[in-house]
Amino acid sequence: MTAAAMTLRARAVEVMPRRAWFAALLVIAAVLYVLFQGTIAQPRTDDKPLFLWLNDVRDTIRDNRDNPIFAIVFGIPRVVIDTLVAALTSALQAIGWPALVVGAGGIGFIVGGRRLAIGAALGLLAIGVLGLWESGVETLAAIAAAVTISFLIGVPLGILSARNRRARSIITPILDVMQIMPTFAYLAPFVLFFGIGPASAAIVTLIYAMPAAIRITSYGIRSVPANTIEAGRSLGATDGQLLSKVQLPVARPAIALALNQTIMLAVSMIVITALIDAPGLGQDTLRALIRNDVGAMFDAGIAIVILAIVLDRLTEKASERLDPRRRALDARPETGRRVWQGLAALIVAAVVVGLVVPAAQAFPDAITFSFRGPVNAFVDWLRSDVSWLSGGLKNVVSNGILNPVQAVFTQSPFWLTVGVIAGIALLVSGPRQAIIAAIAFLLIFAMGLWQDAMETLVQVLVATVIAFALGLALGILSARSDRFSRVLRPLLDIAQTMPSFVYLLPAFVLFDPSRFTAIFAAIVFALPPVIRLVEVGIRAVPTTIIEAATSSGSTGGQLLTKVQLPVAGPALQLAANQAVILVLSMVVVGGLVGGQALGYDVVAGFSQNRLFGMGLAAGIALVLMGVALDRMTQGAAGRPSPIAR
Amino acid sequence: MRVTTRSRALAVSAVLGLALTACSSGGGGGGTSETVDIAVNPWVGYEANAGVVGYLLKSQLNFKVEYKELTEQVSWEGFESGAVDAIVENWGHQDLAKTYIDDKKVAIDAGSTGVDGIIGWYVPPWMAQKYPDITDWNNLNKYAEMFKTSESGDKGQLLDGDPSFVTEDEGIIKGLKLNYKVVYAGSEAALIEAFRKAEQNKTPVIGYFYSPQWFLNEVPLVKVNLPPWKEGCDYDASGNLLPEITCDYAPYKDLNKIISKNLQDKAPKAAQFIKNFKWSAADQNEVANSITNDKMKREDAAKKWADAHQDTWKAWIPAS
Repeated sequence: MTAAAMTLRARAVEVMPRRAWFAALLVIAAVLYVLFQGTIAQPRTDDKPLFLWLNDVRDTIRDNRDNPIFAIVFGIPRVVIDTLVAALTSALQAIGWPALVVGAGGIGFIVGGRRLAIGAALGLLAIGVLGLWESGVETLAAIAAAVTISFLIGVPLGILSARNRRARSIITPILDVMQIMPTFAYLAPFVLFFGIGPASAAIVTLIYAMPAAIRITSYGIRSVPANTIEAGRSLGATDGQLLSKVQLPVARPAIALALNQTIMLAVSMIVITALIDAPGLGQDTLRALIRNDVGAMFDAGIAIVILAIVLDRLTEKASERLDPRRRALDARPETGRRVWQGLAALIVAAVVVGLVVPAAQAFPDAITFSFRGPVNAFVDWLRSDVSWLSGGLKNVVSNGILNPVQAVFTQSPFWLTVGVIAGIALLVSGPRQAIIAAIAFLLIFAMGLWQDAMETLVQVLVATVIAFALGLALGILSARSDRFSRVLRPLLDIAQTMPSFVYLLPAFVLFDPSRFTAIFAAIVFALPPVIRLVEVGIRAVPTTIIEAATSSGSTGGQLLTKVQLPVAGPALQLAANQAVILVLSMVVVGGLVGGQALGYDVVAGFSQNRLFGMGLAAGIALVLMGVALDRMTQGAAGRPSPIAR
Repeated sequence: MRVTTRSRALAVSAVLGLALTACSSGGGGGGTSETVDIAVNPWVGYEANAGVVGYLLKSQLNFKVEYKELTEQVSWEGFESGAVDAIVENWGHQDLAKTYIDDKKVAIDAGSTGVDGIIGWYVPPWMAQKYPDITDWNNLNKYAEMFKTSESGDKGQLLDGDPSFVTEDEGIIKGLKLNYKVVYAGSEAALIEAFRKAEQNKTPVIGYFYSPQWFLNEVPLVKVNLPPWKEGCDYDASGNLLPEITCDYAPYKDLNKIISKNLQDKAPKAAQFIKNFKWSAADQNEVANSITNDKMKREDAAKKWADAHQDTWKAWIPAS
């Protein structure tokens, strides 16, 4: 049936170009809107029947938490994880800062050489100098625990999904939802089952981070060449032997990459898990956010970024080193082993120092440096002297674009909105995607969250359009100028390493709490991957095509609009798709800084006993919206889920 | 080949490190003192209480203290999971008190902090002078136009604080049929900044505020008179907030402290100390002022206060 529908659609598109269909859709929608627009289609209230029912469910669960089955199912993992986090924390604290710094340097040397060694050691030292050593260690332990558990569960699941098609077809959609679901949305339910504390924090982190471990492991094993496997089989290897002697060793670089991605995703959860009592740098960030102390937030943010970069570079290099092709290239002479032994001795010595000299456990107070003073002075200047500009920009965008568009979306009858959404999905992606998108929005209406969902949708659309336009411009520039690209690349590297929370900081300073703040942060967050994808897409246009166009007399501008952009179409589509998903995930975090709508509902539902049901429903609505927007923008070919976002 | 040697050596040193660690923590972790986990809710008056309680528990009674940045209602969850031992300024929350104190018996009411709380709607003093009738709620719709912002659209903006604070504002707006929309500043600090800016620049703002709060000494905000509170005008008989509320907030007579049953059992002395803790709004404002305006750390601010008020806190220390 789908195939028939596809041919139908293909034939229709032949008759009439897609652009004309879009125009027709918009004209019809505009006419219907004028005819049927009215008051707000479904006004927000916080006591919809569904919300109250969810509250009752919550109460029932809460009342039964001491029942023995509950205690076993949820209590045991909680105790195990709490113990693991506590053990890791006290282990890291006990071995002291000299050992950790030397250790980081040592690992850096082994996997990457002298420069990485110095960088890693200096990075950890810098966290201490910022006066955040204790928090940094607590955060490191929390990440280590979450990543360890992610791996213990994720790698076997990845192997399973690589070897068993049916398992893969069950696991993949679950992973999709885990990654699209805004992290905020599942804080409250997990607190309900696991209480607040390190265990909940680790579990919430692994929900977000583990999909990367599963996906990349599975991908790594599946990409083992068929002839390698054949060779193994013909030598009489059993399935188990094949796995342990052939597939896993060959997939080792992929598994190291999975480690890298899992760690980076775990790092991006540092601040959010602090809301449910994860210790460490997240607490420092949160405290500063609450006190409006941008300087302190800057210190904590820098510490998180440094930690992220150190962990990223170490695991990235480790992954490269494990790649057999590369290893053959830089075979080191035998002296390598001696250096290695020296390092091991140094690390052991540093550990002993840490254990024997108690003073070495705490970072010395004497050498501290804080950006708090200068940053706060700068912020005061911004707030007093630049606020006319930033405030003006906020008001123009809010009053000129956000509010009018929001009025249209909230006052349009819901069937019309659903129809337009389905129509766009049909034109861009196809009939199956259109049905999924329509069902998702109908469910949102049924839950009673239409007004908030429309307001959030408007924020997402405005942010996506701006992010995509900027990303397109910058991507084209860097595709056309090697020098521009060279300057931009390290910036993009750093930007993509930073946890999303860090982007709230400058937005918050400039625009105070408002919807525009959330939008601004979302644009900055989504921009780097868009630029990357556009640049890669344009650069991938075959030179033969370019030469043909140039020889037939195209100018630079014609070349871009008539040749490069159309040929790079799929890459641009992927860029748009990624922009929407990233913006959506950030708009929710924006609920913390005045983002309103669904983001606020989730934040409020998390912190107000009475609004639990509303928050949970809003979280589900966000997942539905994420699925719908993903389907709407993924294009006719369908998009293979990117391995790691 | 070399890789295997390497990973083996790595494993050996890791195991060695962990083993050493285990020994050392086994030796030192026996612990001479219990840890008291104090929730720190996101307003500075609370932080003042937490700082003083924590500082004195450490310096006078030799307990270890951990502070946890948590919002007020989430903190209660910690009584059951063991993450929280004390909430040192609690505003009401009958529903949570029923769940955790009466039903589950994991928490205990530790008595008054000696401070009364008030929540209400406030305007900066310049507005009360220029528009004397603005403090009567009947006139609020007349002035709604003035409070319009980019965030409130065609309605007046009522500025609230942190989304986790106790608030009935959406219900009051509905109940009194006011043409206003609640917009969250996001935090206490942002709320204060908004009121401060409004008074400096003589711009209009109306918002949620509360006392005790040191800021009222800097800018004496003027309270808007909503219809006076009476029993049953805000909550129904089973303790649910009504969707439409036609009165002001109930006065919070005696803000109290809540401790975990666990603390009572494992460290009765600390529990008794927290029960004894009782001071005045002026004391709290003094410490809160040091934290905010002198940028002191919470325990340094607490020490400064404690050094000057020995008589007050000596009475809190349990006999033995």
